[in-house]
Amino acid sequence: MTTTTPTTDFRLIDSTLRDGSHAISHQYDTKDVIAIVKGLDRAGVQVIEIAHGDGLGGSSFNYGFSKVDEKELIAQACDATTNAKIACLLLPGIGLADDLRDVHELGVGMARIATHCTEADISEQHIKTSKALGMETIGFMMMAHMNSPEGLVEEALKMQSYGADAIYFADSAGAMTTEDVRRRVNALVNALEIPIGVHAHNNLSMAVANSIAAYEEGARNLDGTSAGLGAGAGNCPTEILAAVSDKYGITTGVDVLALMDVAEEVVRPLMPRQQVIDRAGLILGYAGVYGSFLLHSQRAAERYNVSQADILLELGRRKVVGGQEDMIIDVALELAKKHAEAGK
Amino acid sequence: MRCAIIGSGNIGTDLMVKMMRSDVLDLVALVGIDPDSDGLARAHALGLEAPHSGPEWVLENAKNLDMIFDATSAYVHVRHYKQYAAAGITAVDLTPAARGPKVIPAVNLYEHLDAPNVNMVTCGGQATTPMVYAIRRAIEELPYAEMVSTVASKSAGPGTRQNIDEFTKTTSTALREIGGAVHSKAIMVLNPAEPPIMMRNTVFAAIPEGSDHAAILESVHEMVAGVSQYVPGYRLKNAPVIEEGPFHTPGGVVPHRAVVLLEVEGAGDYLPPYAGNLDIMTAAAMRVGEAIAQSRKEKEASA
Repeated sequence: MTTTTPTTDFRLIDSTLRDGSHAISHQYDTKDVIAIVKGLDRAGVQVIEIAHGDGLGGSSFNYGFSKVDEKELIAQACDATTNAKIACLLLPGIGLADDLRDVHELGVGMARIATHCTEADISEQHIKTSKALGMETIGFMMMAHMNSPEGLVEEALKMQSYGADAIYFADSAGAMTTEDVRRRVNALVNALEIPIGVHAHNNLSMAVANSIAAYEEGARNLDGTSAGLGAGAGNCPTEILAAVSDKYGITTGVDVLALMDVAEEVVRPLMPRQQVIDRAGLILGYAGVYGSFLLHSQRAAERYNVSQADILLELGRRKVVGGQEDMIIDVALELAKKHAEAGK
Repeated sequence: MRCAIIGSGNIGTDLMVKMMRSDVLDLVALVGIDPDSDGLARAHALGLEAPHSGPEWVLENAKNLDMIFDATSAYVHVRHYKQYAAAGITAVDLTPAARGPKVIPAVNLYEHLDAPNVNMVTCGGQATTPMVYAIRRAIEELPYAEMVSTVASKSAGPGTRQNIDEFTKTTSTALREIGGAVHSKAIMVLNPAEPPIMMRNTVFAAIPEGSDHAAILESVHEMVAGVSQYVPGYRLKNAPVIEEGPFHTPGGVVPHRAVVLLEVEGAGDYLPPYAGNLDIMTAAAMRVGEAIAQSRKEKEASA
């Protein structure tokens, strides 16, 4: 099956309402959702992803509680869209196959099933459930810098065998160079029968360049978020990706100026902080740490009076993966204990 | 008590090594389906019967067996549990089939000693339900509890991987039914790091206004000591803490949360020490089997 319409060179999937949720600590309101969906839909975005930042069922102590039940927000998004398909993300181990059934009822047309980049086999149950419901289904491999191109191919083949319609890899730590992206996309495009997509983060200021490189290597789905709103130093900004694509002569099918309006007039006013690459954001990319640890580690650093940079570096050394936010508290407590002992 | 373990994979073989040390459980067989399995070879070397005809063998030898420990799969257990019960064999079920009452030894060991079938929940449930219960007993009401279990990729078998929802649902139910939380959530994460990480479990609990924080912490410490009596590698990685919110939980807004960071190191009986998730299941199942055996013995003595 094709996942791009004939009139565009790649399909843009906007994740402002999912990945962007991390940056506002999952405090989206229904009116924010309606305004963002309407704006993106009007600008011609083909797919809009919405869920808790950690996917369906992510509302928790570990990842932060949603202000409004995500299913209420998803229902609003399905109502507000005219052309754009509404998508959800689900991480097996956090969300349930039952959640896929619920959101399908609400009108969701695409499910992205996300696992750590070495654990694709936990997605079988959920990819098959999503396919059986008739949703377009994408296998989504996170923290892809932690696996080789060959390793990613092996995992992607599993997802393809479960019935995935397309495969994504996410540079969840924003840790990849352009060369890292090229080698991975190239390996996947050559090995798989289904389209490839890339989800980039901006911790090393590479998100747009990496997305364009992914396109050049054959990726036909690219992710962005409005104003770059998202985990860590942010995502690939949708409006910048569209503008740069225009410069390259790559057809996106979206109205660049309309996307700029959404970013400037709807999303920026919501943002508690602008997406800048400060020290903590840069360390995420440099140490290869999951982007959504940013705000959680900031809170733990304040609570236990330890350095956020030290927490992030230690998490990188421990090779923690997405979902292990509880280890932030673990590391903060150990650092505090060390400080107390040193002070004696 | 004449016992057999059915399932000669990692869990069954690890349980066999533990049961060889038991004074009250008399292990006669490790029953598999694959004649070439490492587990059966080890059973044979230990002088045990090591048939490979699966549940059929158990049913054929029912009159010589009092108890079985089922380490096969939920699917196999569901197909045979009624036959085991009809044959008068008590089943300790280590699969997530959940046909009998759930048992967490540190919490409700003595409540189901006469049940024909008891279920051992999940590894994460064994690790975290005692903590939830410990917090619950120190406060008026526990509106919400949550657990996050991270295990080394190498110690998560195909059964878990194909049905991870079963793990989270069963564990979450145990946090309510046995732990005493009103609302609950369970999360499972796999970590592929090399060398493999020890099993980690974190419990978060919503702490209502006016709760006695010192009593909560004391109750947690007591319970850790209780669990470590039958799972020697069970310990606090850091001292439990009470953090300030407010937190908008599914059970309502609370001013504080308790955070308990646990680690489970396996005994290294069959699997390496990092596989604490498998060790806690087999250790808990042994504890349950021994308690059932002792209770029968006492009843026979007084009869």
